[in-house]
Amino acid sequence: MRLRANALIGGVLIGAVLVVALIGAMWTPYDPLEIDLLSKLQSPSATHWLGTDEFGRDVASRAMAGAASSGFIALFTVICAVLAGTAVGVLAGFLRGWTDRVLMAFNDALLAFPGILLALAVMVVIGASRIGLVVALTLANAPSVVRVVRGTVLSLREKEYVEASRMIGNPEWVTMLRHVLPNCIAPVSVLATSMFGWVLLAESALSFLGLGVAPPAPTWGNMLSGARSYLESAVWLGLVPGLCIALTLLGINLLGDALRDRLDPRMQ
Amino acid sequence: MLAYLVRRVAMTVPTLLLVALTVFVLMRLIPGDPALLMLGDSADAAQLAEARRQLGLDQPVPLQFMHWLVQVLQGDFGHSIANGQAVLPLILERFQVSASIVLVAVAIAALIAVPAGLIAAWKQNKPLDVAIVGGATLLLSVPSFWLGLLLLLAFGMKLGWLPVVGYVPLTEDFGQGLLYIVLPIATLALIETGVLTRMSRASAIEVLRLEYVTHARAKGAPESQVLRRHVLPNAFAPTLTLIGLVLGHLLGGIAVLETVFTLPGLGRLLVDAIFARDYPVVQGVLLFTALIYVAINLLVDLCYPLFDPRVAAQ
Amino acid sequence: MNAEAPFLHVDGLKLVAERGGNAVVDGVSFDVKRGEFLAIVGESGSGKTMAARAILGLLPPGIRHAGGRITMEGTELLTLAPEALRQLRGAKIGMVFQEPMVSLNPAMRIGAQMAEGLKLHTNLSDLQIRERILAMLARVQIRDPERCIDAWPHEFSGGMRQRIMLASVMLLKPALLIADEPTTALDTLTQGEVLDLMTELAREHGTAVLLITHNLGLVSRYAQRVVVLRKGELVETGVTAHVLHAPAHAYTRQLVDALPRRGPTTTRPGTPEPLIEARQLSVSFPTAKRGWFGRAGTHLAVDAVDLTVHAGETVAVVGGSGSGKTTLGRAMLRLAAASGGEVLFRGQPVPASGKALQPFRLACQLVFQDPYSSLNPRQRIGDAVREPLRLVPGMSAAQMQARVDEVLDEVGLTGFARRFPHELSGGQRQRVAIARAIVRRPAFVVADEPVSALDMSIQAQVLALFQSLQKTHGFACLFISHDLAAVEQIADRVVVMEAGRIVEQGTRDEVFDAPQHAYTRALLAAAPVL
Repeated sequence: MRLRANALIGGVLIGAVLVVALIGAMWTPYDPLEIDLLSKLQSPSATHWLGTDEFGRDVASRAMAGAASSGFIALFTVICAVLAGTAVGVLAGFLRGWTDRVLMAFNDALLAFPGILLALAVMVVIGASRIGLVVALTLANAPSVVRVVRGTVLSLREKEYVEASRMIGNPEWVTMLRHVLPNCIAPVSVLATSMFGWVLLAESALSFLGLGVAPPAPTWGNMLSGARSYLESAVWLGLVPGLCIALTLLGINLLGDALRDRLDPRMQ
Repeated sequence: MLAYLVRRVAMTVPTLLLVALTVFVLMRLIPGDPALLMLGDSADAAQLAEARRQLGLDQPVPLQFMHWLVQVLQGDFGHSIANGQAVLPLILERFQVSASIVLVAVAIAALIAVPAGLIAAWKQNKPLDVAIVGGATLLLSVPSFWLGLLLLLAFGMKLGWLPVVGYVPLTEDFGQGLLYIVLPIATLALIETGVLTRMSRASAIEVLRLEYVTHARAKGAPESQVLRRHVLPNAFAPTLTLIGLVLGHLLGGIAVLETVFTLPGLGRLLVDAIFARDYPVVQGVLLFTALIYVAINLLVDLCYPLFDPRVAAQ
Repeated sequence: MNAEAPFLHVDGLKLVAERGGNAVVDGVSFDVKRGEFLAIVGESGSGKTMAARAILGLLPPGIRHAGGRITMEGTELLTLAPEALRQLRGAKIGMVFQEPMVSLNPAMRIGAQMAEGLKLHTNLSDLQIRERILAMLARVQIRDPERCIDAWPHEFSGGMRQRIMLASVMLLKPALLIADEPTTALDTLTQGEVLDLMTELAREHGTAVLLITHNLGLVSRYAQRVVVLRKGELVETGVTAHVLHAPAHAYTRQLVDALPRRGPTTTRPGTPEPLIEARQLSVSFPTAKRGWFGRAGTHLAVDAVDLTVHAGETVAVVGGSGSGKTTLGRAMLRLAAASGGEVLFRGQPVPASGKALQPFRLACQLVFQDPYSSLNPRQRIGDAVREPLRLVPGMSAAQMQARVDEVLDEVGLTGFARRFPHELSGGQRQRVAIARAIVRRPAFVVADEPVSALDMSIQAQVLALFQSLQKTHGFACLFISHDLAAVEQIADRVVVMEAGRIVEQGTRDEVFDAPQHAYTRALLAAAPVL
């Protein structure tokens, strides 16, 4: 029943965020970039549900657009990291020998950097852009996927059904694709959910620092950065973006918990 | 045991080399003339020529790497373009600030989280456990920079108890210095308590399932003894690993908190350097932080056998 | 004192699961007399473990007490205050668990763990405690008690850990010893040693023993009285000899009948040439290097073995753990790399790998030991059984489907094709494994401990299935087992292995009735039979 509560609350939160993001990608009440100095720094009202910022831009619209923006970046990053990481992990775990050693050496080099630092470093090289962010964050996350997949492959190799596949006479690659890969899905999906949360937070942090998505394009991180000067005078400017991030992360964490419990072999 | 320690330390050497290589490669990937990048636009032709010679730009790349590595090993991380200071001493100075905040925050968090996780695991699925897990999840879902801003708003601006900007080193004036770092430490500690509590609870639950715990109860040991002597030592080891990871990650992500609280730490040094295109500093901070991270992981691995004798035997 | 008054009296014990509310133990009553050896027998799901744990109040979360009483020397155990119960645990009632690998705290030295009980219940000084520990360790035949006290659990094998557990529990001289499947994880020889030791220690201290087990053979050898449980209910109880030789209840009779018996001697019309032959086959594994500069050692698992199997016959390979029997089977199938010698199939040498290996693979198969890991959890049963057929050249989809259906019928799993492994029981999964092995109508099947992980009555069914399939299809079989009883039923010839070598071989009757080698005799003596 705790499982259901987690899944329920998490699902509701993420569902809401998803809906907002999808809508925000196509339509917002106001143009998020439209400047209207006459209406600047208004507190939430009927016309501007979440108020306006120092340029008169509608906060609600910016928040929605930000959701879409951050959401897409996070989604692409997770997809790329999972695909790249799984490919490398399976190769390393299955082929072993020198392939394994070389791949893992590179992987360990990347893992030796704290994630955000690596992303920062790559951003320095590539320059600030959305593509750059996706590449940087993928590089920061793929190594963990490699580690998990390789670990799973190594343990699955010892399972009798993998031996059975060889016993039947299947070539190695068939064994790998048909028997090993599908059983990697569970641990990777657990990792993917927490990765999504991490990427979202990292992108927000980088944008907050000014090294991620650059203004005027809105993302929750850079909205929060802009709100610093108006922390006391226009409280909503600081509350809204932060609350958005917190609620989204909470939803992801709860869903991730529910997923992990569901996939726990002992609960089956 | 000694064999394990020696082996583990030796394994770090190739990692360190790879780390240095990665930083070197990353810096060379930045578009532009490396000499110009390192000296800045105001350098004159003579200085540039000298830099090119020093960097060995006319030589094959592997040799350039060797040159650079030798310099690094001698402690020469170059000089900041912005103010001409030697990079390494600058980094060390800033590192003290960052490290003190991170260490104190994580220590506080661990002191709360480990017992909290243990108790939550002991009372698994009862209301106390749900409350602890719920609280922990809430805490770790909050972005650190937002929490910092909120605390700053509440305690700094609204209540006026604590200063909003600035920093005074503790060595200069302990009382004053304390006021400046309370909020950042509190922010970090709150969030990390959430992270560590969940981990501690998860590993304690694993251990409680195991038969030697039931065996201890079958001997007639009181619950407190069972928890203290049988569960805690075995559950602590994975948490220790996580503490190491957390420390390392915080060193990377401390930049946001230092920005919020305007602290002269390592993270802000890096961010400022990136904006100012002060590449020697960028390179230096990257290298230094990665090295510290490797060192922390090594320390954690070396401490592991204290908690799990099976590891030492491998 | 009335020696006949029961020491422990369980009266109408009822335990239910929190989730679902179904009864795990339903109205079970039995007595344990002072100093007697009582066995509780049942298969998985019988509730025997839970009943035993209830005595000590050690029910796992999720099971609670719903009725009945447990009295020990007049004291009501189930309503006892926690503090009083804690005093009883260890001192009056001791418990030995099943898995020796996890019942000792890996982060605590042996001496400290053994001393814990004494420190909790007695006022002895540290020196006295140490003396007692040393004495008891010597009593359980631990070779170097002094060193053992300072050692860590992982330094000892499973059998030795069980002895240490026994020593630890008997130090407190409890009046009742509960042993929950204490030897299931050990091989036959070690099982006998540990149980003999337990019986001796119990007799010396006047301790009553409550043995939980699924193994009827052990029951008949060690227990004075027996209680039979089935799905939480008591089915029959009485003096062991009576119950086992003249069971009153149908279920007990079924359990007794499930014990493998020696079948009639079959004379198979075998061809004189061997079907598959191992000549001087050796397999060695590299062992870990010692330190930085030590040489990597090698462990010779199979040492220049000659073995022949003829068409249609069943050759059993028996031995304790580490004897090399499993490795031999795998090497003969070219699943493990041989370091010396060769394998001949129908007179032709079998290559170690490569395309030329394919015809061999088509003709020979392996049934694995663990029904829980030999099937891909994401593959449906039908697909798993069909997979080998995909490699047979020239079989159409329709033919494959027909064969799959046919084979599933043969193993008694008609209509299971769409199910997933987790929906099946252990016995059913093993049938799938057998189906998969015979779907290509192989000439030679290696069965690696195929029934060890199964309940008694299921074991009998699967063995019977195996025999009938062999009769129908006529494949030769190499049956690897540590369980001599199963082998007695199914084998034509028996080969005994020890430390990588064959120490004895002959027809089944020869080996069982007139064992020549000491090791064979030890194995036979240790195998508990009725």
